[in-house]
Amino acid sequence: MDDFTSLFSEFDVLGAFWTNIQLTFFAAIVSLVVGTVLAVMRISPVPSLRWAGSTYVTLIRNTPLTVIIVFCVLGLWGQLGITLSSDFQRNFFWLSVLGLAVYHAAFVCEALRSGVNTVPVGQAEAARAIGLDFASSARLVILPQAFRGAVAPLGNVLIALTKNSTVAAAGSVAETSGLLRTMIENRPDLILAIFFIFAFGFVLIVVPIGLATTSLSRRLAVAR
Amino acid sequence: MVDLATASSGPAAHDDEGAPLVELRGVDKHFGPLHVLKQIDLTVARGEVVVIIGPSGSGKSTLCRTINRLETIDAGTITIDGRELPAEGRELARLRADVGMVFQSFNLFAHKTVLENVTLGPIKAKGVKRAAARSRAMELLDRVGVANQAEKLPAQLSGGQQQRVAVARALAMDPKVMLFDEPTSALDPEMINEVLDVMVGLARDGMTMLVVTHEMGFARRAANRVVFMDGGEIVEQADPETFFTSPSSARARDFLSKILTH
Repeated sequence: MDDFTSLFSEFDVLGAFWTNIQLTFFAAIVSLVVGTVLAVMRISPVPSLRWAGSTYVTLIRNTPLTVIIVFCVLGLWGQLGITLSSDFQRNFFWLSVLGLAVYHAAFVCEALRSGVNTVPVGQAEAARAIGLDFASSARLVILPQAFRGAVAPLGNVLIALTKNSTVAAAGSVAETSGLLRTMIENRPDLILAIFFIFAFGFVLIVVPIGLATTSLSRRLAVAR
Repeated sequence: MVDLATASSGPAAHDDEGAPLVELRGVDKHFGPLHVLKQIDLTVARGEVVVIIGPSGSGKSTLCRTINRLETIDAGTITIDGRELPAEGRELARLRADVGMVFQSFNLFAHKTVLENVTLGPIKAKGVKRAAARSRAMELLDRVGVANQAEKLPAQLSGGQQQRVAVARALAMDPKVMLFDEPTSALDPEMINEVLDVMVGLARDGMTMLVVTHEMGFARRAANRVVFMDGGEIVEQADPETFFTSPSSARARDFLSKILTH
């Protein structure tokens, strides 16, 4: 027990976890928006939009997250000089959020598309038959039901995003996996305790997400 | 149960009864190698009730769905009230608003209440004020006998009730013509009549209707004309009495002998 208290007093473990939670939170919001737009593009009647949507998903989904985040930091900022914040550390944080969001948007899009597949084609036909154009039928009829059918797969994306937020270490963000390495370097005698802290910390964050999405998906299921 | 006589302001306009409202000329369609519609010519006059019957796979549902372009056509023209069916986009959406459609599987919006199902089109596609749309919807729901279910979700209703809501939803757009694509085929037998009663009432009120159905009783009672389809073609058309008592084609006689013997 003394080991844990000394580790917590020596290192800012909670601060590191808080950074991951923030990374996850902002990336989740942005990826949900971008992923929804992508999903609408992929089901739209316009061939060029469908093509753009599926190209994005194919390209991004098959690129390692580390590569994307390193690109955001070294490519966008290092080479192209794009800054998202005047604060030096904060800039890396937002660039990493961008990388996480860009990457997970592809998965959000696919989760939503699986939700769209739970909506019977008759719903879209009925929407068109009462004179709604594509945008209105998507917004009022298809997407509300698709989201409710996609809660569980979206929860999976959120869980993956939570854990993937540790890749932001590759973007020079001071977060858990960076701290893990520092702690192991400084206290190799407590290596098991250190691993336990981080493993348990993530379980603590992720388990409620899983429970919440499972219960939500049951509660929001569309009765047919 | 369904008192249609008291319903106010039927949506159909009677100004020039008899003028063609829906006109199909040389309509052709393939599903891959399958030729489902072969050079279809069909005219539905304003206020007319046309029933399409025929064996399954004869193309009658497809024909019905081409009229509001839920199915595209390979060749030919379809005009509604003198205007040719637009290809896509806003124009098409506007035209669809003029064509009410009732589906075999009801297709009520599963995440919306009965009332919301009926008001969605008027509010979002026609820009009707919410309060006006609601009172009109309640009037229509009352007309089809399900006003007391207005706040329920579709899944809580019986099939017959759902289909009557679907009729109200289509009527809420004040359509010029109503298409019915086998409206009673997915219903339990005891619920078929409650839907047919609503449809007969509509027909009496002068609504222009194109009905794909297997309900020969409805055809006899409400139709002005019966169109018999087989193999993607219109084989014959006649008034119901003539068609059912002395069909002129062998194919129609064969079809009728199969369905009317039981």
